[in-house]
Amino acid sequence: MRVEFTVNGEPRSADVEPRTLLVHFLREQCGLRAANIGCDTTSCGACTVLLDGESVKSCTVLVAQAAGQEVTTAEGLAPPGELHPVQRAFRAEHGLQCGFCTPGMVMASVSLLAENPHPTEQQVREGLEGNLCRCTGYHNIVRAVLTAAASDPAEVTA
Amino acid sequence: MIPASFDYVAADSTSDAIGLLAEHGDDAKVLAGGHSLLPMMKLRLAQPSVLIDIGRVFELAGITATADELIIGATTRHAALASSELVRADAPLLAHAASLVGDPQIRHRGTIGGSLAHADPAADLPMAVVALGGTLTLSGPSGSRQVPADEFFLGYFETALAEDELLTSVRVPRRPGVPWGYQKFVRRANDWAIVGAAAIAGRVALANMGPMPLRARAAEDALAGGASAAEAARLAAEGTSAPEDIHADRAYREHLARVLTERALEHRSSAAHAG
Amino acid sequence: MSILGTRVLRTEDPRFLTTGGVYTEDVTDELLTGACHVFFVRSPVAHAQIGRIDTSAALGAPGVLAVYTGADLAGLPAIDVMMPGLLNERMRRRLLATGKVRFVGDPVAVVVTEHLYQGEDAVELVDVDYDPLPAVVDLDDALHGEVILFDEAGTNVVAEFGNEASLKPDLFDGCEAVVTATIINQRVAPAPMEARAAAAAWGEDGRLTAWIPNQGAQGTREDLAKLLGVEEAQVRVITPDVGGAFGAKFGADPEHAVVAWVARQLGRPARWTESRFENLIAMTHGRGQRHTITIGGSRDGDVQAYRLQIVQDGGAYPKIGAVLPFLTILMAVGPYQIPKAEAIGVSVVTNTTPVGAYRGAGRPEATAALERAFDLFAAEIGMDPAEVRRRNLLPPFTEPHQTAFGALYDSGDYAAALDKALDSAGYAELRAEQARRRASGDPHQLGIGVSCYVEITGGGDGGPPKENATVEVHPDGTATILTGTSPHGQGHSTAWAMIASEELGIPVENFTVRWGDTDLIPEGGGTGGSRSLQQGGAAVQQASRELIDVARERAAAALEASADDLRFNTDRAAFEVAGDPEASVRLADLAKEERLFVHTIFTAPGATFPFGTHVAVAEVDTQTGKATLRRVITVDDAGIVLNPLLAEGQRHGGIAQGAAQAFLEEVVYDADGNPLTASFADYPIVSATELPSFELASMETPTSYNPLGVKGIGEAGTIGATPAVQSAIVDAVGHLGVRHIDMPATPMRIWRAMQAANDGLEGA
Repeated sequence: MRVEFTVNGEPRSADVEPRTLLVHFLREQCGLRAANIGCDTTSCGACTVLLDGESVKSCTVLVAQAAGQEVTTAEGLAPPGELHPVQRAFRAEHGLQCGFCTPGMVMASVSLLAENPHPTEQQVREGLEGNLCRCTGYHNIVRAVLTAAASDPAEVTA
Repeated sequence: MIPASFDYVAADSTSDAIGLLAEHGDDAKVLAGGHSLLPMMKLRLAQPSVLIDIGRVFELAGITATADELIIGATTRHAALASSELVRADAPLLAHAASLVGDPQIRHRGTIGGSLAHADPAADLPMAVVALGGTLTLSGPSGSRQVPADEFFLGYFETALAEDELLTSVRVPRRPGVPWGYQKFVRRANDWAIVGAAAIAGRVALANMGPMPLRARAAEDALAGGASAAEAARLAAEGTSAPEDIHADRAYREHLARVLTERALEHRSSAAHAG
Repeated sequence: MSILGTRVLRTEDPRFLTTGGVYTEDVTDELLTGACHVFFVRSPVAHAQIGRIDTSAALGAPGVLAVYTGADLAGLPAIDVMMPGLLNERMRRRLLATGKVRFVGDPVAVVVTEHLYQGEDAVELVDVDYDPLPAVVDLDDALHGEVILFDEAGTNVVAEFGNEASLKPDLFDGCEAVVTATIINQRVAPAPMEARAAAAAWGEDGRLTAWIPNQGAQGTREDLAKLLGVEEAQVRVITPDVGGAFGAKFGADPEHAVVAWVARQLGRPARWTESRFENLIAMTHGRGQRHTITIGGSRDGDVQAYRLQIVQDGGAYPKIGAVLPFLTILMAVGPYQIPKAEAIGVSVVTNTTPVGAYRGAGRPEATAALERAFDLFAAEIGMDPAEVRRRNLLPPFTEPHQTAFGALYDSGDYAAALDKALDSAGYAELRAEQARRRASGDPHQLGIGVSCYVEITGGGDGGPPKENATVEVHPDGTATILTGTSPHGQGHSTAWAMIASEELGIPVENFTVRWGDTDLIPEGGGTGGSRSLQQGGAAVQQASRELIDVARERAAAALEASADDLRFNTDRAAFEVAGDPEASVRLADLAKEERLFVHTIFTAPGATFPFGTHVAVAEVDTQTGKATLRRVITVDDAGIVLNPLLAEGQRHGGIAQGAAQAFLEEVVYDADGNPLTASFADYPIVSATELPSFELASMETPTSYNPLGVKGIGEAGTIGATPAVQSAIVDAVGHLGVRHIDMPATPMRIWRAMQAANDGLEGA
C-alpha cells in the first residue's frame, strides 16, 4: 500500500506492506536510526517519536496509521550541528550513558514539556514512566528535564 | 517482533466500518489506536487477516454532553479523556482512570473504545465505566443497541460485541460534585492493576478480581443498608474469582480488594505513583 | 588549573542525542551489503529430547534462504567450559542444541531470510518434536540429582568451593547469641536496553569481520575463534556503540558464532538482532544464589563468628555464573573484623537460562548475605544495626590488609564512610520519625536500612592486572588514543581525553578515542569488574607521560638544547627552553617529521577495594504491604574521582539496579521451567516512578596501586544499595516481629511476612 506523510518536515511517500511498523519505516526506509527498538511490548519507549507533536511509541504504530501526519524524530529536533534545549540539558546534566534509550527519552521529554512546561520532579518521573533506562538510574534524566523546563519555554516547546 | 501479514483498509465513516466488518466477518479486527491490538499481533496472539482502521472516522471521536450524560466517541484517546474539562468536571472518576492508563505515549494513541472492546479485566477504563454505570452503544448492520457496562463484559477478553458490530460510543452519567474514589494497586506506575477498585454513588467496581471487571455487590448492598465504608469493604471480595499470577495469589488479591475498596469508598484516589 | 577532578561534559553526547548511537543493528558497511537475516528457533520446553525436526515448510516460505539445525553444525567443536578443572568439563554445549534441549530458549535451529520481515513468519513453520523430560528448576532437586541435565557428567554439580566436611563444628562455641537463616539472592535479568546482535561478513581473504555488542573486542574475538574452530588471526571483531552491557556482554555467545557460521555457509553477510523476548530468556541472567548464613557473637555487639554456605544456580550450561561463589567467598567478611569465618559453595546446573555476570558478579551476593546477617544479629541482641556495624568494622588502614579468604584490601576507612553516610542521612532524626510512626500506629511505617561494603575491582584473571594504551599526537595538533578498554556508556572518550589532556596540554575536544577493533587494537582486557579507569585510564596516563619523554628528546634536538633544560608548558602544548621562552617547539610540530606516538602497558600491583556505606529509607503501607523507596544516601569511596559527573552517573545507575533487585526485579520460572518474566511487561525493570533522587556524599581515599589514585566505581551501587533497601523494608515492619523478607520484597511477600509475624506473636 502507498502512504504519504511528513518526516522531520520533509514529505515522504512509500509503498509498504500494511504490517510495516513506523519504527521500521523510519529506520530502514528513511535511514533515521535514532529511534531504537528495545522491547516487543510497548514498554520501553526507546522508539518514541512525535506524531503531530505528541509522543508515541513508533513500534506500536503502523505506517498506515501515520499517513497524512507529521513525524518528528530526534534527528529533526534541531538543525544539523545544533542541539534542541532538551538535548542540551541532557548533555549538561549527564542524562545519558549508553545512549540507547536517549533519543526516545528526549522525545518523551519534549512532549512532556509541551504539555506541562513547568513540571515538578514527581511529574517528570510520572511523565517518563513509559521510557526505560538501564544506565542512569533516571536521576540525571530527571535533572535534565527540570533544567530544560527552567530554560526559555518558547524555545523548549518549539 | 512484527505482526503476521494482513490487509489494511481504512474506513471513512461509521457505516463504512460496519459494512467492512460485515464483509470480512471474523477474519477482521477493528483498529482504533492499536494499543491493545498491535501488541497482541506482534506477539502473534492475534493474527487477523484484515484490519479495519477506524482512526480516521471523525464522527467516532470526541466528547459531547446531553442534559444528564456525557457521550464519548469510541476513538476518543485516553489523553483527550483525561484532559477534557467536561469529563473532569462531570465524570472525574473517568478522567482520572484515563490518566492512569499505561504511560503518556500509550495515552496519546489508545482509545476508550479500543480499551473497552479489548476487555482486559485488569485495565482501568472497563472498571471505571462499570463503576460509573455507563452504557455502550454497539452498532451493526441492523442498527444500534445500548448495552449497560454491567452486561458488556462477559469474560476474559470477551464482550457482548457481535462479530459484525462496532462499539461506537460510551455514555456515562454526569455527576458533578459527587464524591468518588479510585484505587489502582501496582508495583510500577505503568503496570496493569494487580487489583483496582473504583467507587461512586454506592457502586463499587473491581479490576483484576475475576475474568472481567466486577461489581462488588455484597459491599454495595451493605452500603445501601447503611453500613460504613469499612464495614462494606470487608465484603468486597465476596463473589469474586481472583486470578493467581507472579504478583499475587487469590488470598492476597482478596485482601487488597478489601483494603482498596475501603479507600475508594473513603473517596481516596491513588496517584500514578502510589499504591 | 588541573582538568582532573572537574565536571567535564561528555564529548560523545551530541551524536547520541541527535542522530543516535551506531549500534550493531545500525552499522552500515560495504562488507554488509546484501546481508541476510538470521532468526533462531528456540526450545519452548525446559528439558526434552529433540526428536524429528521438519524444516520443509519453513524452507518453502517466502524469502527463506536456508534453515540449519544442530546436525548441520556437527563439524564445529563442542563448547568447552571456561576454567576446566574448576568447572565440570563434561558439561559441554553445542552452538545449536543436539540431542537434548536444556532450557526454554535453547536454540535448536536457525532460519535465514532475505528480508527482516520474513523471519518470524518462517520460524513459526519449523516443526520440532520434543520428548519432554522432567525439568530441574529447584536447587535441591539439582543437588539430589534424580534428574541429570548432562548424562555424560552423571551429576548436576558444576563446581565445589570447599565442602561441608571442612566446616568446623565448634565455630560458634562461646557465642552468646547465634542466628541462622536461609535467604535468597534471586536471579535477575541484566536487561541492557540494547539486546544482543551480530553482523558478520567473510572477506575474500577468508577472514571474518564480526560486529558484536560486547565489553571487550579482544576477548570476544578469542571466544568467536574458538566457537568457530578457526585461528584468532582469521577473525576481526569490531565493537559498535553498545547499548548497555552490565556484565552480560562479555565474550561471544553461541548465537554470535552461528551468525558468523551462516555467513560463511551462504557466502553472504548475515545479521541478527534478538527480540526482547529472546533477550530475557537467552541472554545470561545474574545472581541466583541461595545463602545459609550463621552469625554469632556477644550480647554487647561483638561479632565473633560467621559462616556462609552458598548454592549457586548456574542455569543450563555452566558460564561465569558457576564461578560466582568464588568471588562471593573471597569477599565473604566484607569490611568487618570477624575472628572466625567460614564460607563454602557449590554450583549446580538447572533447566533455566545460563547464569553469567551481572553488575557486581558475586560481590553483591557477599555483601547481601553479610549485611542480612548483621541485621539479624542486631535484632537478636536488640542493638541498633548501625552500632553493631560500627563496633565490628576494620579500623582505618593504609597498608594492605589480608583477609581470612585471601583478599588483599589496599586501603580503607570504613567507619568514616559509615559515619558520613549516617550524618548525611540524618540517622538519628530518621530513627525518631520511625519511633513516632510506630507509636502512633501510622499505616505507613518507616524503615531505615544501613549497608557497609567493601568490594574488589580490577581483579583481572590471574597475574597482575594490566592494560595497554597508545597515544599519538598528530601534526595538526589533534591526538588519538587507542585503548584496550571498551566503554558502553561509561564515557571513556571523555575520561581518557581528560587524562591525556592533563599531560599533553591538548584540549579534550581535540582527542579521538578509539577501541573495539581487534585489527587496530589486538590486545585489551575490555571493560568489566570496574577495571577501566584504574588500569586503562592509568595506561593512558602512562602513555602520555612516556610520549612527553619521547617528545622531549626530539624537542632537544630541534631546539639544540639539553633535554634537561626543557620545560613542557601544557598551556601551549609546547616545550620551552628554560630562561628563553622564545625558543620553543609545539608537540604537534614534533609529529611532522616522524609519527609521535607511544604504546605502553600499565601493570597494577593488584586489585583495588573500594568501599562505602549506603543508607536507604523506605515506607511500607502496612495495609497493602507495598514498599516505597523514599531516600537513598550513599558514600562510595573509590579513591580519587577523575570526573565527578561520570562517577556520579555510575553510582546513580548502580543504585537504581541495586535497589530494583531489593524490591522489584526477579526472573521467575514455574515448576516446569517455563519463564514467567519473558517480556518487559512481566519483568519489572525499574522505571523513574519507583525511584527517588539519590543523595550522594563524597569521600576519596586514594590507592597507591596506580598514579591516578583511583579505584573502580561501576559496581558500588549494586553492591551497597541492594542490602540497604532490603533492610529498610524489613526494618519498616521490624517492630511487628518481621526479621527477614526475601528479595524482591514484593507487596505480597511483605504482607505475608507481617501476617506470619502476627500469627507467631499470637501463637506465642
